[in-house]
Amino acid sequence: MSTVVANTQTKATLAIQFGEFQNTASSEPIWLRDARKAAFEQFEFLPWPTSKDEEWRRTDIRAFKLSAFDLIQNQPAPTLDDLNAVGPLRDALAAHYATGIVQIAGQTTQPADSSKLGRVTLTDFQSALAIHGDLIKKHLFQTVKPEGDALAALHASIFRGGIVLYVPKGVKLEFPLYALSALTGNHRVDTSHTLIILEDDSEATLVHDLATTGESKPGLHLGAVEIVVGKNAHLKYVRIQNWDDKTWHFSRERAVVDAGGSIQWTIGGLGSRLSKVNQETALTGPKASAQVNGVMFTTGNQHLAYFTRQDHQAPNTTSDLLYKGGLSGKSRTVWKGMIAVEKDAQKTDAYQKNDSLVLSSHARADSIPGLEIEANDVRCTHGATAGQVDPEMVFYFQARGIPAETAKRLVVEGFFANVYDRISVEPVRESLRAAVAQKLAIGKS
Amino acid sequence: MSRKSLRIENLHVSVEGKSILRGVNLTINQGETHALMGPNGSGKSTLSYALMGHPNYEITDGSAFIDDVNLLDMEPDDRAKAGLFLAFQYPTSIPGVTMANFLRHAVTNVRMPDRKEGEDLISMRDFRKELKQKMDELGMDGEFARRYLNEGFSGGEKKRAEVLQLAMLQPAFAILDETDSGLDIDAVRVVSEGVNRVAKAQGTGVLVITHYQRILNYIQPQFVHILYGGKIVENGGPELVTTLELEGYDWIRAKYPNEAQIEDELESTVLTS
Repeated sequence: MSTVVANTQTKATLAIQFGEFQNTASSEPIWLRDARKAAFEQFEFLPWPTSKDEEWRRTDIRAFKLSAFDLIQNQPAPTLDDLNAVGPLRDALAAHYATGIVQIAGQTTQPADSSKLGRVTLTDFQSALAIHGDLIKKHLFQTVKPEGDALAALHASIFRGGIVLYVPKGVKLEFPLYALSALTGNHRVDTSHTLIILEDDSEATLVHDLATTGESKPGLHLGAVEIVVGKNAHLKYVRIQNWDDKTWHFSRERAVVDAGGSIQWTIGGLGSRLSKVNQETALTGPKASAQVNGVMFTTGNQHLAYFTRQDHQAPNTTSDLLYKGGLSGKSRTVWKGMIAVEKDAQKTDAYQKNDSLVLSSHARADSIPGLEIEANDVRCTHGATAGQVDPEMVFYFQARGIPAETAKRLVVEGFFANVYDRISVEPVRESLRAAVAQKLAIGKS
Repeated sequence: MSRKSLRIENLHVSVEGKSILRGVNLTINQGETHALMGPNGSGKSTLSYALMGHPNYEITDGSAFIDDVNLLDMEPDDRAKAGLFLAFQYPTSIPGVTMANFLRHAVTNVRMPDRKEGEDLISMRDFRKELKQKMDELGMDGEFARRYLNEGFSGGEKKRAEVLQLAMLQPAFAILDETDSGLDIDAVRVVSEGVNRVAKAQGTGVLVITHYQRILNYIQPQFVHILYGGKIVENGGPELVTTLELEGYDWIRAKYPNEAQIEDELESTVLTS
């Protein structure tokens, strides 16, 4: 396939350019430079994804040209226009949260208010490296490994910027925080890395918006999320992907949760031309638990693919995954889930469910649950449904003056309600609900 | 305000290829209250669904107008905007959509028929105030506004919710399809008072579909019609209700043997209750 050749050529070009990248990032510590170099060697070694790979069989990225995006040079600093463009997105969050961080293409344009954070750190990657170098060194690339595939390796070798949330042992953050990662008309590439570390007995809630503002042009997010939840620590993380529909979104995301800890991790999949996301949770200590939620609404020609894993690696661990998708136009979603229970993870209780509501005969939802169980005393269940909006419901709305198209979208919003109902922190729930409602275009409330 | 008329002429309706209504004629003016009675399976609900525009009900002949607006050319939502309201016998549950949210969209669409999709809804503050007042009048707990529409509602709660919607939408014409079924006598009274209040305030033309006299003690019709074998066979005043109460439908059966035969055929293949 010619595109594979093209991207292979790009890979060769990148080999030369990686040296340049290293030069632009010369202030980074040696260990990081070495780690990037190792990741780049992985990138050169790993094949470019093709439809022959199981994870890419349903997700065609032949139209994605690496060469269309400059991953090497430092991007120019955001201009006043960029800041103004991001303003409304920021204000929508700032109105409901104590503080947060705003970045454009991985560059911080508004730091979090440290006076409100106490001993908690919410900052950009470079600052975190300066303050908590050892901590970053200990955790970076440990949860999401660069050798996952060519894109993961490329991310690790050339990522710029990102967001770090660090909550020290025993600190319980009372209020939710926000992070905004934005792309603008001028800044179209985000390779940022998200690292969230909750030490033992700590608690935090973070809502993270990824959104485009301004003119729609081809864009790229090539990112990773690494989450470490310590013993008896509790994290709530909501990540709302709301890029415009010309943006490619590649993201590898994994959380490890230690004994007695918990994560409630919700993904909103609204934007992008094409998304390929791996969302994985590993329960590594006894009684760790995870609740994983997904809400997707796709329109036009969007293609959103999610690969989820619930890795049970210790006894008495619990996981509960609920992904719900609404599809319109010619859009397509793919969900492939895996519950993997290791031999020692007895008394595992794991659940995965994916429900789709298809609004158009041209839309398609693929749903592939999976189980790999090596322990013999476990409870693992999964389910998947796909259906259309009940015409009796649509008629009922219409009989009250609500047009059929709006009716369907309201039904989809209602379909998501049991995900929203799980999110107990009100501003976080409302942020997600508002983002989805805006995509559903059912009128401002 | 000039009074509008809902005119149904020679209406023929089929469901899944079966002819149910065979030439219904009925005119209702705003401010009037009519009762449509008839045995089970006579086509009463078919009339209400067909007028509202349910896609399974095929109009094979006839017309229905509000003044010079042809309802039968319209999507159901446009019929609602034109002033037609149907209180359902079996309202559908809408999981995840609160009654308040549903009604806010409904009220916005009906009151601003030219509004484009995605434009602002009516003000939350005004809406809430109005909703609370209407709920108070119907003796409904404010909690209902936050509940998912009809989800887990009892029979009586569903009917009250239908009348609440009627009160909020203030239509020119309201069809109440067996609104009394499943209600105890207190609930019948409350619901009926709600309907009367709206009808009086808005000059609504009301068509009460029922096969019991009970609700008609509270919503008193000036005109009573008997639907039998797919046609309106008798038109009269309140005295017809008393006759039916005393004598049942046997005399109708004897008086209209052709319709009786059709009624029997329909009953053996009855599609909807």
